[in-house]
Amino acid sequence: MTGYQEVVTDPSFFGQIVCLTYPLIGNYGVHAEDNQSRRPWVAGLIVREYCDPPSHWRAEASLGAYLERWGVPALHSVDTRALTRHLRVHGAMRGVLVSDRRGRSDDELRELARRAWTPDQENVVPAVQGERVTLGPANAPHVVVINCGVKRNIVLSLLRRNVRLTILPYGVTAEEVLGLDPDGVIVSPGPGDPTQAREAREMVAQVASSGVPFFGICLGHQLLALAAGARTHKLSFGHRGGNHPVRDLFTGRVWITSQNHGYCVDATSVPVDDGWRIWLVNVNDGTVEGLRHQYLPVFNVQFHPEVTPGPQDSQELFDLLVEAVQARWRNRPTRAALVLEQEVAQ
Amino acid sequence: MTKPSLVSSVLVIGSGLIVIGQAAEFDYSGTQALQALREKGVRSIIVNSNPATIMTDEDVADVVYIEPLTVDVLERVIARERPEGLLATLGGQTGLNLAVALAEVGVLERYGVQLLGTPLEAIRKAEDRQLFKELLLEIGEPVVESTIAYSVDDALRFAEQVPLPLIVRPAFTLGGTGGGVASSREELIEFVQRGIALSPIGQVLVERSLLGWKEIEYEVMRDARDTCITVCNMENLDPMGVHTGDSIVVAPSQTLNDRE
Repeated sequence: MTGYQEVVTDPSFFGQIVCLTYPLIGNYGVHAEDNQSRRPWVAGLIVREYCDPPSHWRAEASLGAYLERWGVPALHSVDTRALTRHLRVHGAMRGVLVSDRRGRSDDELRELARRAWTPDQENVVPAVQGERVTLGPANAPHVVVINCGVKRNIVLSLLRRNVRLTILPYGVTAEEVLGLDPDGVIVSPGPGDPTQAREAREMVAQVASSGVPFFGICLGHQLLALAAGARTHKLSFGHRGGNHPVRDLFTGRVWITSQNHGYCVDATSVPVDDGWRIWLVNVNDGTVEGLRHQYLPVFNVQFHPEVTPGPQDSQELFDLLVEAVQARWRNRPTRAALVLEQEVAQ
Repeated sequence: MTKPSLVSSVLVIGSGLIVIGQAAEFDYSGTQALQALREKGVRSIIVNSNPATIMTDEDVADVVYIEPLTVDVLERVIARERPEGLLATLGGQTGLNLAVALAEVGVLERYGVQLLGTPLEAIRKAEDRQLFKELLLEIGEPVVESTIAYSVDDALRFAEQVPLPLIVRPAFTLGGTGGGVASSREELIEFVQRGIALSPIGQVLVERSLLGWKEIEYEVMRDARDTCITVCNMENLDPMGVHTGDSIVVAPSQTLNDRE
């Protein structure tokens, strides 16, 4: 369907072979604007039918040509329906893609698959994160983004709401983050098992309890949950796709969301006594999709409000954060003094 | 949006005759509505002029009227059955037109019938070309240059600003009947005259032709809690110029990228 370029360039898919369930892929080619990061991160792509040549006025190249340029193996004419059913029954698993299986026995290939590296066995965030970057207008609320594998549209969604951004690489300390005196902090999505990213936990705990508006997305949400003392567990085959219904427990409203996570927060482990509240839940399986706090300005979501791919409804969540960020910025003493100065001068 | 009060009996307006290529889905959607009402334990009354549909079978609705779908007949059914609610959104254009007509002559008010689902104002805004255009402008959505014409002169004046070809669309007709693409002044006059005659309110929309453009459709739903979702989108195989009913429609769209 749509969004295959966004999927292959999503850092959260680092080290994973992705099987797309929609049977026709590549229809509209690729365009640089749809890249969610600087390169594709998937280990491989599996599709039922590959569409070549693509049909779109904006296409710069075909999907196949793009993947080839980056050395990403891709396979078509696979019975993706059978593969999907297999994964849903047995869970996400190791696999191996071979271009020429002549001379290799089934046992050999199985052994290769068994010994395959997976992104769960170590902290893979450093592999996908980038350098320090500052973007946006000078005289605007300042949001710090901790880059664990941030998607381009998170950055764009914020810039569109008129904030100044400082994107910091994963591994920064709480002192460094708070030292920038931000009006808001976001911990981005990223690949791998959240319990592997131990170094970030202390930083997240300090930043989130500082009173600065905090927005954890996907991995960011899980890191905060762990920092708060909750537990995470691995889902059998994860939530992947753009049609996951999520209910806001406070208002009863349902959002259709874009999801891509293999781990989730244990509902029973959420430390309610410390003020944490389950805010959003998945309508299909009841799992935790968002957390808030009784008095701290924390908005945590498991899914992807920036979508790309997916339906744009949950973009509204960025408004929530930016409102809190703007409120903090407006109430700063320096700003208040400036306003007072102007009033006195008049 | 106010929560509708629970009703114990509902009158459903059927879609009438099925013409191939035109609103065939409303036959079955009406049937499904009756099944849903039954599941909810609501007394269902169906009025449909079409005897050749399972919608009018004995065991689908509680009461069946195989009668012409007119305001007169519906008023008599309402007077006899006294339904608490009216479901008119599953009978295609016919259902919508009748709902509006019944409201306007005061039948709904007189017998205390609640219009369920899409409210009257929304039906009007969607059907009346002018109101719809105003709505789009209000919410900042792009609109094709167009004008509402009640006479040939109205249309000709518009043609001075927006070049041919122009599309002529009569308001409130089934399947876009009476419309046409005018490539010449003569055709424009002919289509506008015909359209005004065919339209129940003597109104046609004249707009810039989008012949050759991609045609994409969306199914959307909204519930009483203001949850809005797009159920699916669809792409017409043929571009604008060929009516949806004459084309092939594929769900989901095939040539739009994610952002589009």
